[in-house]
Amino acid sequence: MYIVLLFMLTGIISGYLLRKKKLGFMNGLILTLIWALLFLLGLEVGMNETVVRKFASLGLEAAIIAIAATLGSVIGAKLLWGSIKSHKQ
Amino acid sequence: MKGSLIILSFFATGLLLGVFRFIPISWASAEVSFYVLCALMFSVGFSIGHQPDTIRQFRKIHSKVLFLPLTTIVGTFAGVFVVSFIFKHSTTELLAVGSGFGYYSLSSILITQYKGIELGTIALLSNIMREILTLLFAPILVRWFGKLSPIAAGGATTMDTTFPIIVRTSGKEFSIVSIYHGFIMDFTVPFLITLFCSI
Repeated sequence: MYIVLLFMLTGIISGYLLRKKKLGFMNGLILTLIWALLFLLGLEVGMNETVVRKFASLGLEAAIIAIAATLGSVIGAKLLWGSIKSHKQ
Repeated sequence: MKGSLIILSFFATGLLLGVFRFIPISWASAEVSFYVLCALMFSVGFSIGHQPDTIRQFRKIHSKVLFLPLTTIVGTFAGVFVVSFIFKHSTTELLAVGSGFGYYSLSSILITQYKGIELGTIALLSNIMREILTLLFAPILVRWFGKLSPIAAGGATTMDTTFPIIVRTSGKEFSIVSIYHGFIMDFTVPFLITLFCSI
């Protein structure tokens, strides 16, 4: 976890040092890496036999919990965002 | 939306290749993903450092944003609580599952130890799904629930796996909020899971 943050910190420093240079390919590179990561996540899930075998029986329950949890948290975020914006005005 | 579909198709392709073993097993090791993640984080960091204005923009963000981890926790629990009555598992068991906040590796390991493989697998699936929901729907969430919502949805993953997509959808000025949120959530996961599994 902390190694990952160290990589980002190194990136910020190198980006800052090279701020005078124009590097237009960076956004494309980030998007490509996101795609690669999602592909690998799919591969990992697909190869995990326990998860694949139990997917049908436990998947629905897991999905409903995931959707409810996500929905609850984004509604919380919307309320907080609303209170911040009304405060600014 | 087009961006989400492309991401989903990459995930689906990986999933199918994995299920049908079209690719050598060594490719799917967590190690490879970790290297890609490190490369991604370096690139994201680079693009932040490359435009120093983005760090200055954080000062414009209101101090109330510090409460975001709290609203994420309360919102998650409220959501899980509402649906918990339709399942055979107890409400506290399902709140433990929700307390993974997308951190599927740790939550599934802990819950398997406390409550057995079945609830552990639900925790794994449910928290993977939360991460995937965030990755896929971040652009829609921003439109419907505001710029903080992809961070709330990402839960404990907002300083690593969902970080790049949050920066892309909410904006670079939210990168520090995202890291702060992920950092706090990461710490609360083991505590809350242990709490709900022991009640």
